[in-house]
Amino acid sequence: MTWEQQVLQYLLSGITTGSTYALIALGFSLVYNATGVINFAQGEFVMLGGMITAVLLKSWGLSLPLAAGIAIVATTLVGLALDRAAIRPARNASIVTLVIITVGASIFMRGLAGIIWGPNEHAVPAFSGEQAITVGGAFITPQSLWVLGATVVVALAMWAVFEYTLVGKAMRACAINPVAARLCGIDLSRMVSWSFALAAGSGAIAGIVLAPLTMTQYNVGTMLGLKGFCAAMLGGLGNGLGAIAGGFLLGVLEALGAGLISSSYKDAIAFVVLLAVLVLKPSGLLGGSEGRSG
Amino acid sequence: MIGAALLELRGLRKDFGGLEAVKDVSFTVREGQIKALIGPNGAGKTTIFNLLTGVLPAQAGRAEFAGTSLLGLAPHRIAALGVGRTFQTTLLFDDMTVLENVMVGHHLRGRMGLLGSALRGSGVRAEERVTREAAMEALARVAVAEVAARPAGELPIGQRRLVEVARALAAQPRLLLMDEPAAGLNMRETEQMGELIRQIRDAGVTVLLVEHDMSLVMGISEEILVLDRGERLAEGPPEAIQKDERVLAAYLGEEAEEC
Amino acid sequence: MNPRNATERSTELSDLQEAQVAAHRRRRRRQFLQLLVFFAVVALVPVFVRNAYYLNVLVYVGIYVIIATGLNLLMGYAGQISLGHAGFYGLGAYTSGVLTATYGWSPWAAMPVAVALTCAVAYVVGRPTLRLRGHYLAMATLGLGIIIQVLLRQSSITGGASGLLGIPAISIAGRSLETDMQYYFFVWAFVALLLVAFANLVDSRPGRALRALRESELAAGMLGVDTASYKVQAFVISAAYAAIGGILYAHASMHFLSPQPFGFHTSIALVVMVVLGGEGTLWGPVFGAATITLIQEKLRPYNDIDIVVYGLLLIVMLIMMPGGLSRGLAAFVERLRGRARVEEAAS
Repeated sequence: MTWEQQVLQYLLSGITTGSTYALIALGFSLVYNATGVINFAQGEFVMLGGMITAVLLKSWGLSLPLAAGIAIVATTLVGLALDRAAIRPARNASIVTLVIITVGASIFMRGLAGIIWGPNEHAVPAFSGEQAITVGGAFITPQSLWVLGATVVVALAMWAVFEYTLVGKAMRACAINPVAARLCGIDLSRMVSWSFALAAGSGAIAGIVLAPLTMTQYNVGTMLGLKGFCAAMLGGLGNGLGAIAGGFLLGVLEALGAGLISSSYKDAIAFVVLLAVLVLKPSGLLGGSEGRSG
Repeated sequence: MIGAALLELRGLRKDFGGLEAVKDVSFTVREGQIKALIGPNGAGKTTIFNLLTGVLPAQAGRAEFAGTSLLGLAPHRIAALGVGRTFQTTLLFDDMTVLENVMVGHHLRGRMGLLGSALRGSGVRAEERVTREAAMEALARVAVAEVAARPAGELPIGQRRLVEVARALAAQPRLLLMDEPAAGLNMRETEQMGELIRQIRDAGVTVLLVEHDMSLVMGISEEILVLDRGERLAEGPPEAIQKDERVLAAYLGEEAEEC
Repeated sequence: MNPRNATERSTELSDLQEAQVAAHRRRRRRQFLQLLVFFAVVALVPVFVRNAYYLNVLVYVGIYVIIATGLNLLMGYAGQISLGHAGFYGLGAYTSGVLTATYGWSPWAAMPVAVALTCAVAYVVGRPTLRLRGHYLAMATLGLGIIIQVLLRQSSITGGASGLLGIPAISIAGRSLETDMQYYFFVWAFVALLLVAFANLVDSRPGRALRALRESELAAGMLGVDTASYKVQAFVISAAYAAIGGILYAHASMHFLSPQPFGFHTSIALVVMVVLGGEGTLWGPVFGAATITLIQEKLRPYNDIDIVVYGLLLIVMLIMMPGGLSRGLAAFVERLRGRARVEEAAS
């Protein structure tokens, strides 16, 4: 492989992982806009999507579309349950307390997943074979295309929801001005439920399409969640388009860094980028200008 | 008794995305003066305060306090030069007691840093005592010393305004910017506030106030500047302002719009 | 105003001043007494508890009390969050560990270097991010904590994932602290020192400045408080507390360090200790640190179920007592008293 081809290879794999980061980042932004809370259980939605699909395929022998469908629905229900059981009862608590409640929920889900499905890695077969496709001398697996496709579809669907449906418009109104939204008769807590449901569903999709590439395990949610959070920060927290851009950027930087510098520090790259952005342009790459305090 | 210029604004300008809140405002506040900024809502009065105290950056113009430019300085530097401020909404530290609030006002007079305070040597204890006594003195000056131990969040608005004044005075400012000190006060409390502002001036502090209550403004100010839509409409002693036709028109216009 | 009146007024004022000074002295004395009783109990524990395991657990409780107290300065007073304090904990531990185990330094010489290095890192990250409004420090520390964790795991200096061996015990006057009881007293002496320093700090000019800027940066700034600088200082001091905790951890009975205890989960556990105990109070984080450490220790034998129960406990406790354990308990006691009073009145 020539150097150029190698870089292209890194770029392609970066775009693939980046698009899962983008999906996770979207989930962070959704919940953040509705509640102001950074939902640390977002990564667990990704884990649940992958794990449920893997178990349904292997132990129950279901077909892939059915297994994936059930996984998405089940994870969405978990997201709704999280809102109902843990966020709503503490609605009047401070943001920090709510964030820690999501941390507690994340630990709880991870622990439960470990007990139910054991500590081993679970494999999900690639959706349409392993035959790699050659692109300009570099390779891309069909599964990577599935990941990219899923990201595009989810992003478009979300855009449509926010642009054209009443619920989407109401959610946007809540994010801009919760008080005014309530005065207009928008039920705030229903909007919060919607945001958790959408965040959980898109997280599950990310987990399902990613599982064939990396295997899945009860504890993959933590790191994926943190990287998705980095991506959301890079794009400016709460900014949907920014979340997607941040995800891709992070994936590419990580792949290039791991390939060209050192793969043992791969997990640190995302956070080095995060620190650099915080120091240089804290409102995120696509965010507006940021007021400095004294 | 009115001395040299203490605060000078020249050509101050600020717009918020096309909306010109302050356009080309110039005026002078002299040492020992009580000066009032009045004008209909949206005239740019509070914006001027925010420009002077480093909360907002100005687009153009100069603002000099005792010969030093205030623009571009952080609030704590402006405070250190001798400019104090009270707020339209009373920004007390609600989780702290009244006394602790005023002790924060004494911050500039103290020296102790974090490490020294952690060790709490005799120097720290002495400074703490001085601070506590000075804060009580400031509270006594505004006649609310009896609520010293109460959490600030529990006070009614009248006392909140007084505590905020005491807190600002504890910093021993040369110039005190007061943003609607009588807002939310009843008639008796407003009168007392007027008396207090006079006492503050008599003690050597120059006062620039923004106020809507005309009886208070006309009663205590030596000079009034009328702003309308970010521009100077008139300036002069209360008697002249009361008779000024442009001022009457601006205020009547506002009332007409409200009807 | 006639002169007689003025004299009367000034005596009245000095009476009021005296009353406030005295009231404050009483509060300080009460707090000092609480600390005295607490540390008397701490000193008496080894009389009853001679089991090395329990003493060892209490050593870790002490270490977490130190770190949580430092974090409390940042969270409860400066109003900022750190999601990477385990990184500072690890930096302190490993700096002291490497200097003593690999380079043969005395722990006493390594200690200030470890604290200084940790403070320097905190300063470099805190200074730019704390100039901004909002919780940018939380994001930055989250990143920093994970970067430190990855470095500890990958670097050859730290021994990587297999860990750092042969860390010497600390010795005082030629006698090395080998037994669990000796180390117990050593660690809790640090706890006492750092808790008193904290109590002094928050009840002083800079402590008030921090609480003030937490409520309103604008009002604090207009009173001359350099808000950005105070936030950075509070952050650096909280990192120093974490580093001291790390140093004490490094030289504890195992003489061994691995990257595992210094990861994201510990950072979260530390925040939980502060919030659960009640940020902004002296005793809250002490209770929080003890509760979380003991819960984790108690759950350890129940493999796998431990983190499920831990997560569940977190959610339930925070829903029931969003202001933290210490405030929750205080409210509970208040309610009991209220009920007793009502019953008294009824009878």
